[in-house]
Amino acid sequence: MKFNKTIAAIMLATSSVAVSAQELDITVTNLTQGMHYTPFIVSAHTADVSLYKLGEAASTELQMMAEGGNIDGLDTMLMAANADIIKNPAAGLLAPSGSFTTTITLSDGNGYLSLASMLLPTNDGFAALNGWKVPTDDAGAYVPGTYKMNLNAYDAGTEANDEIINGAGAPGAAGIPAAPGMNAGSGATGVTTTEANQTIHVHRGNLGDDNLTGGKSDVDNTVHRWLNPVASVTVVVK
Amino acid sequence: MTSLNNLRKTSLSAAIAVSIALVGCGGGSDDPVVEEEVVVVPPAPTPVNYSYEVKVLNLTVAQPMSPLAVVLHNEGEFWKIGEAASVALENLAESGANTDFLADSMALASASGADLLMPGATETVTVTLVDTMPTSFTLATMLVNTNDAFAGITAKDISNLAVDESISLLTGSYDSGTEKNSELSATIPGPATGGMGEGFNEERDDVDVVSMHAGVVTIDDGLSQSVLTEEHRFDNPTLSITITRVE
Repeated sequence: MKFNKTIAAIMLATSSVAVSAQELDITVTNLTQGMHYTPFIVSAHTADVSLYKLGEAASTELQMMAEGGNIDGLDTMLMAANADIIKNPAAGLLAPSGSFTTTITLSDGNGYLSLASMLLPTNDGFAALNGWKVPTDDAGAYVPGTYKMNLNAYDAGTEANDEIINGAGAPGAAGIPAAPGMNAGSGATGVTTTEANQTIHVHRGNLGDDNLTGGKSDVDNTVHRWLNPVASVTVVVK
Repeated sequence: MTSLNNLRKTSLSAAIAVSIALVGCGGGSDDPVVEEEVVVVPPAPTPVNYSYEVKVLNLTVAQPMSPLAVVLHNEGEFWKIGEAASVALENLAESGANTDFLADSMALASASGADLLMPGATETVTVTLVDTMPTSFTLATMLVNTNDAFAGITAKDISNLAVDESISLLTGSYDSGTEKNSELSATIPGPATGGMGEGFNEERDDVDVVSMHAGVVTIDDGLSQSVLTEEHRFDNPTLSITITRVE
């Protein structure tokens, strides 16, 4: 009997290998009217990989992405975990109301999906999907279907939201790298110099002001604000 | 195949009816057989109503909603992120007028709310489609103390909704992208300006694509030209919607 069970288990394992070259079509839409996204990183990985945890400090890799849009750190981290990775599927910035679709092929066992990108202009705001489990049936096979979800904007908690646009994007450097699109201001004195919550939390939004050449903020309060959700994700499991 | 089968059955029953009529006419008489045309009138089918009660609660502090526009349809979307708003949607989002929106060619049945839906208030609108089961549901309403914000949902799939079943939704707010969010007194039609601000204007001086709304800034939060105050701010969700199929 034991022998039979082992054979059955091997057969099950074999059949799950057969369906493991699963393709997913992933569409991401920027739902905002005035915020841009830096190049996305999209990946499929195992259950024990996580880009971040709410309420905990950001990793250096996440900080690089959230403060400067640099996904190289997350890429290295995910490669070490044998993840399937797609870098920069939008071929550059994802403009307001824009969208991209990419196809990822899941290696065996990589049944969890993550993606992340920085919101511009912010100091360290980002949107992410963090380890979404691709639905499976009782036998472990992926369930074909179309799955839709909305993403909120988070704050990495690693940089004070001074809202000064000065080109700074390196981890720990104060300031916002850029405000693509319209109405980037200059000459602001800064909204704040401190970050009260240094763990990853829901972003409180940009404050902005109505002064393009001074005031507290270089961000335009009629253009660079948002409400959640800030992005939508549609996953098609074929 | 199904329609072909139906057609054959219909011809067959018509033929039977005709032959019975002929036998009836010729029964024991010397009169020549008069061929009468027999018209087979099928009994009129009882109309089937697909009826939905739509209960809507305004979740905002101080954003009355313009009369609700409720539409049943089988195809299309009434707006899409990243695409330009229709003129009917622009009108609804800038002025609150829903007449053109309800009359859209995609609409199979539609219904309007009675009046403004005030913050904290609930209204139930019933919409009924006869003989066709609708697959999609759309609801739109303007946040009237804004330039061009609207709330609701479009092309919600209701095809699996059985009688007495309901779907509950919390929905967010969109920006039609057709009017700059100046928050100037002259541009906002709601009670914040005593209804004095302009509603619909065919000029499109904003991004001209639909997106989620970023919220209002207000004079209390640093937009010095704004006629709005802190109480006009809102966050998502702005509406609670329950769709119940009653017939």
